[in-house]
Amino acid sequence: MGLFGKKKTENNEKVSAAPAAGAVDIRTAILESLANICEDEVVKEDPDINIVEEGLIDSLGYIELLMQIEEKTGVVIAPAEYTREEMDTPNKIIAIVEAKAKA
Amino acid sequence: MGSMALFSDLSFFICLGLACIPAIILGVMEKPLRYYGFAVSLIFVFLSMGHNVPALIFLGIFLAWEYIEARVYLIVRQKIGRNGRLYWLFLILSILPLCLNKYLPKTSEGFSVFGFLGISYMTFKSAQVIIQIYDGQIKKVGLFPYLYMDVFFPVITSGPIDRSERFKEDCYKVLPKPEYLNLAGNGVEKILQGMVYKIVFAAIFWDLLQKYGMGESVGGYIIYMYLYGLYLFFDFAGYSLMAVGASYIFGIVTPDNFNKPYLALDIKDFWDRWHITLSHWFRDFVFSRVTMDLMRTRKFKSHLVIASIAFFINMGVMGLWHGTAVYYILYGLYHGALLSLTEVWQKKSAFYKNHKNNKAFQVLEWAVTLHLVLFGFLIFSGHLFGVA
Repeated sequence: MGLFGKKKTENNEKVSAAPAAGAVDIRTAILESLANICEDEVVKEDPDINIVEEGLIDSLGYIELLMQIEEKTGVVIAPAEYTREEMDTPNKIIAIVEAKAKA
Repeated sequence: MGSMALFSDLSFFICLGLACIPAIILGVMEKPLRYYGFAVSLIFVFLSMGHNVPALIFLGIFLAWEYIEARVYLIVRQKIGRNGRLYWLFLILSILPLCLNKYLPKTSEGFSVFGFLGISYMTFKSAQVIIQIYDGQIKKVGLFPYLYMDVFFPVITSGPIDRSERFKEDCYKVLPKPEYLNLAGNGVEKILQGMVYKIVFAAIFWDLLQKYGMGESVGGYIIYMYLYGLYLFFDFAGYSLMAVGASYIFGIVTPDNFNKPYLALDIKDFWDRWHITLSHWFRDFVFSRVTMDLMRTRKFKSHLVIASIAFFINMGVMGLWHGTAVYYILYGLYHGALLSLTEVWQKKSAFYKNHKNNKAFQVLEWAVTLHLVLFGFLIFSGHLFGVA
């Protein structure tokens, strides 16, 4: 499996293994999406901020986030897969997506 | 023999009491409860449906159909991945028995296809398994936990609707004695509370309803509305408490169904408090999926428009699930409209944003929500259509 080769994810879908230099940086992608959806750059400045408590995101925002995560990183997360508490800060979200991407 | 009404007949409560004794003994001895619980569940299945042999046969066919489907789809999913068409095929197959039951006409003898106690609720669980296999969250389906989940007697009649993996976890867990005693104690408390709700309060309000709520004037309808709302809550919440309590004694921490629903401040809050397991099931498996699909089409820029469409579909399906009567569908659409309007109001109204933490405003909100909800139940009762 070379640097530019195709690899299968756990979902049996073929996802291109991105080259290291311009790698789909999960952290950047998620923070970008979050800033966009929450309409606030604070998520980039303080990645431990509780976006639920601060009223920065609602249920539709979460769905949009899951959709953008899938489009940008190929990682699929189903709507009911994690509780609100498990994904209420940018860092928690990034950690979950990174863990799934490695699996 | 064989037509016991669970959680209603005296004979049921006597049997339940007797059945709990070995359960408690097993729990205290820190032995697994699942095999005994399964046996007891089968006994209650026979006690409640034994007189109706077609029902038992349909139940058997249903269980075989759903289990085999789940196993087959698991293989399909592993080999082929997330194929949308196959997913829809298997999902439709899993709800097909319920659809046949609801939409095929009954014969003159009252025979209905797949007419057995609990099909409406078992279908939720089977569909959820298919959906989560597609998601990739369910990777194994064992015969015993699957069957047990569907025939688990406390929840056959009307839920609460548990989730397959959560149920499986509880089913295989053996609690240490102090934890079990705590759980069983809570279970007994809930059963007693449920009995008071259903056997005392619901009965009282039903009587009052028959006596004072049958007037044909506007006043009569208003009285009906209040009394029916009270009757429905105590009847359903009472049953749910008993179901949850009985589950506890058998080692399963079935989720609660009600949380002081008539204290809800707005309609969204209400659906977090009334028939919670149903509302959350629809949220996780219908609303969120419709929303995501709509977002993917990129046809609608506005989240509000997407939310409104999704609320209507979500609640419309919920209404339809109750039955094909026009007032069930209206009830669903009514709540779809309420949720959409609430969303728009809360997101767009400066007045709301400025006053939402104001106590007087909250009292007003509560009063309006309560009456909107009660009116919804008036529709649901069929009374406006001369049915009840």
